[in-house]
Amino acid sequence: MNFEFTEEQLMIRDAARDFAQRELLPGVIERDEKAIYPTEQVKKLGELGFLGMLVGLDYDGGGMDTISYVLAMEEISKIDSSVSVIMSVNNSLVCWGVEKFGNEEQKQKYLKPMARGEKIGAFLLSEPEAGSDATSQRTTAVDMGDHYLLNGTKNWITSGKSASTYIVIAQTKPELKHRGINALIVEADSEGISVGPHENKMGMRASDTHSVMFNNVKVPKENLLGEEGFGFKFAMKSLEGGRIGIASQALGIASGAYELALKYAQERKAFGKEIINHQAIAFKLADMATEIEAARFFCLKAAWLKDQGKPYGHASAMAKLYAAETAMKVTTEAVQIHGGYGYVKEYHVERLMRDAKLTQIYEGTSEIQKIVISRGLVD
Amino acid sequence: MKILVCISNVPDTTTKVKFKEGDSLFDDSGVQWIINPWDELALTRALELKEDAGNSVNEICVIHVGGAGADATLRKALAIGADKAVRIDACPADAYHVAGQIAEFLKENPFDIVFSGIESSDYNGSSVGAMIAEFMDYPGISSVTAVNLDDDDIQLSRAIPGGKQVLKTETPFVAVVQKGIANEPRIPSMRGIMMARKKPLEVKAAAEMDVLTKSVKFELPAEKGACKMIESESAEQLVDLLKNEAKVL
Amino acid sequence: MSVIAFAKNWNGKFKNSTYELVSYTKELANKLNTNLIVLSIGEVSNDELNTLGKFGADKVVSVNNPQLNILTSRAYAKVIAQLAEKEAASVVVMSDNNSGKAIAPRVSVKLKAGMVAAVQELPVSLDPFVVKKRVFSGKAFGHVQIDSEKKVVTIAKNCFGLIENQVEVNIEEFAPEVDASLFKIQVIEEEEQKDKVILSDADVVVSAGRGMRSPENWAPVEELAEVLGAATACSRPVSDEGWRGHEEHVGQTGKVIAPNLYIAAGISGAIQHVAGISRSKCIVAINTDPEAPIFSVADYGIVGDVMEVLPKLTKAFRNSKS
Ligand SMILES: Cc1cc2nc3c(=O)[nH]c(=O)nc-3n(C[C@H](O)[C@H](O)[C@H](O)COP(=O)(O)OP(=O)(O)OC[C@H]3O[C@@H](n4cnc5c(N)ncnc54)[C@H](O)[C@@H]3O)c2cc1C
Ligand SMILES: Cc1cc2nc3c(=O)[nH]c(=O)nc-3n(C[C@H](O)[C@H](O)[C@H](O)COP(=O)(O)OP(=O)(O)OC[C@H]3O[C@@H](n4cnc5c(N)ncnc54)[C@H](O)[C@@H]3O)c2cc1C
Repeated sequence: MNFEFTEEQLMIRDAARDFAQRELLPGVIERDEKAIYPTEQVKKLGELGFLGMLVGLDYDGGGMDTISYVLAMEEISKIDSSVSVIMSVNNSLVCWGVEKFGNEEQKQKYLKPMARGEKIGAFLLSEPEAGSDATSQRTTAVDMGDHYLLNGTKNWITSGKSASTYIVIAQTKPELKHRGINALIVEADSEGISVGPHENKMGMRASDTHSVMFNNVKVPKENLLGEEGFGFKFAMKSLEGGRIGIASQALGIASGAYELALKYAQERKAFGKEIINHQAIAFKLADMATEIEAARFFCLKAAWLKDQGKPYGHASAMAKLYAAETAMKVTTEAVQIHGGYGYVKEYHVERLMRDAKLTQIYEGTSEIQKIVISRGLVD
Repeated sequence: MKILVCISNVPDTTTKVKFKEGDSLFDDSGVQWIINPWDELALTRALELKEDAGNSVNEICVIHVGGAGADATLRKALAIGADKAVRIDACPADAYHVAGQIAEFLKENPFDIVFSGIESSDYNGSSVGAMIAEFMDYPGISSVTAVNLDDDDIQLSRAIPGGKQVLKTETPFVAVVQKGIANEPRIPSMRGIMMARKKPLEVKAAAEMDVLTKSVKFELPAEKGACKMIESESAEQLVDLLKNEAKVL
Repeated sequence: MSVIAFAKNWNGKFKNSTYELVSYTKELANKLNTNLIVLSIGEVSNDELNTLGKFGADKVVSVNNPQLNILTSRAYAKVIAQLAEKEAASVVVMSDNNSGKAIAPRVSVKLKAGMVAAVQELPVSLDPFVVKKRVFSGKAFGHVQIDSEKKVVTIAKNCFGLIENQVEVNIEEFAPEVDASLFKIQVIEEEEQKDKVILSDADVVVSAGRGMRSPENWAPVEELAEVLGAATACSRPVSDEGWRGHEEHVGQTGKVIAPNLYIAAGISGAIQHVAGISRSKCIVAINTDPEAPIFSVADYGIVGDVMEVLPKLTKAFRNSKS
């Protein structure tokens, strides 16, 4: 057992912290309020290599381990989760799958520009009728010999408008049920694709979430990821890693809110003393700190398992469940500690509270994580 | 052209300072170490000069006198873009000692330009750069706010009270730099951090060098007292207090 | 034995900081039971040199070599070191300004004399020789012992004040060796600059709140800022009302600043405001309400109307400068 970070991991954490303070904090309230996509910020994030930090050096990535990724995601999410969700989807849902299961041509053509952060990737699994139950895919990719013909609608797509590269999960052989599902790389500017309006969200309002509609879109055969029929497994495998990203995001939201609350409690006075000297507030902070530390251990454990090449699906589900629940609880308490000031935008904690809610929903709701975890118990 | 940037390893500027062993030593437990802010700006400018095709700068080396505890800081300098790092394995006991060590290194390994920061944010000695210049018998320019190399023609600006001065000099020289020399320190990129692994961080044995001063005791400023009230007619008294009591003017 | 003070001139004139240096060094020489020698380099009239007598300089050594009219740290250090050897100086003292920062370290190397920059007061002890200075950017003081036989110290500005001690001045000429190879820096241009001071970098900030009552009343704030070379700032309601730009808004939801001196005029000192200024070294508050919370975080306070107090302060600062 070793609880020390390496010099390099700490350097990455500090770089992410500096970036968040310097580039994300200014304007974060306005971008959230007006739902302005963080174009400049994402560009700089890409230039620094955060968008492809998990991709190997051979494919223009950062070649970093998952522990570093957890640290970076936490720091960025303390300030701006609209940005960190773009980073998480690009790294762990899109790049990871292409690097792991794609062939050499696919990696050269699609992975490299995404690893460099020049192009953004999106992951298209959810549908109007297929959310938690991803097996009931209605989007079809009919085998036309030299290409697939794609039809259907995907909902809730993070980076739906800004992405250039889509990974689309679609049904090719309905008779085989989920074993007939394929994963395809689709260029976002292909003919027949239309993008719905920006979803007006409760939180992470600056990230662009859209529906994406496919109408007779031709996808070349060479864009199939992995074997024919591998799509459902591909999606589930991708989500196992994706959950480490979202768990770290939730961790960052929680620790960001906690840091603000701790500072505020030392400054704000009521009844003649700083409110941290009222035990009711001090105990809240003690609970928050403890739960955040536990969530951090969950995230790091899952990351460590992944880096060691060991199975990590069970651990990442636990991390995602626990961190998301912690984020919701901690941010709610952070608003409470701030009193009325917590309820206005300028103090940041209300945004973190709205952002926290999403971590309990996407990449598998908390209920779904419990299904994953409980199945793992009896396997 | 080669540039040597002197790096001091200092506690993060938000550190709460504490002392130990009867207030004779800085208590560094739990301290986050960083590149001295002025040195980081100097490094940033050095890197900008290297990237600019209009001159022949082709190597940036950072140097630190101190123990292995500073290696993380040097590695960060490499991640930001320095080509190599040298650590002289000696306790950075006083400015004379540190400057002397760097001068000994320079005698064996000549550089065209030496950058140092105007002071280090821990002991605020503000003398290493000028001492190196003297040890080496180089021209030295203090309070430098801009360094430009146009076809290797050297132009520096420095702040003087109420304005600035533009100077010309020739290599080798020492520039002691302050705020303004570069806009903002760089954040290391993932690639930079990766490449830093492979860049040389050379540890050299210390030369014989005297130590002429030592810190014997530290004290914290007195706690803020009650607000001193001044009659509204006594503006002069306030000015006097600000000058001679608070010493903030 | 002697103690040397290097008295820098600006176009042939001395400043208050020069007299402070002489006052300090005279006291030090007395404590060490030795003589004070004040060294002046460059063209300075005898009348001007004689002004040093007011602060105890009975011996002034003047080096008047046209080559040295422009300050070159390398050459100046050589001159100072030569005099120090000639006069068997035990301590060389300079002001901690730009030129002191450039010259003193060089003298230290030449004489192999331990050096301490920006000392705050007379030595805490003479044997061993221990001086006190600010460290960790003002967060603490350090006592530094100089072990070498010869010593170089620079003194922090305004740390000592002026001590009058009128004596007759004896001016001696000194012609040290300086060779041309020491002049490798050429001044090609000098520019005056009067940039507006940037709030986050400013050492001094003059800030005003709703107590100013109307945006038309800001002239006294700006005048005070101008005299102090300070940046201007404001409380949130002031920028919300559009009386001042948002870049001036200081506080929890605005800029967090840490100047040496923060002057709060007509600001109540709400916790949200204080969160942005609590790292200031010194806070001065001006408010009509003696109970205003700003006084509980201020170091100095004046109960009074801003429109009357600010102009008086401006005048007092202006007088103290000239
Ligand atoms: C902002 C945002 C961004 C998103 N980004 C993406 C993206 O980039 N790509 C993508 O593919 N998807 C994305 N999603 C979709 C997201 O993953 C789904 O919303 C999520 O999986 C839940 O699906 P659903 O909304 O259809 O809810 P449903 O599946 O309809 O669930 C409704 C409720 O029923 C519960 N429930 C469902 N099944 C069970 C069960 N078996 N047992 C107990 N409870 C159950 C759920 O937990 C939930 O509480 C995003 C969603 C949002 C809001
Ligand atoms: C969510 C939120 C965030 C906030 N963030 C900030 C922030 O970042 N920064 C900030 O500054 N505020 C912030 N505030 C506002 C803060 O609570 C106070 O309302 C504000 O600081 C008061 O500004 P003031 O001192 O200029 O005005 P007032 O509170 O109205 O005080 C004016 C003061 O001037 C004095 N006065 C009146 N006339 C004169 C005179 N002629 N001469 C001398 N004194 C006079 C009065 O005695 C009084 O003390 C925030 C508030 C909220 C709700």
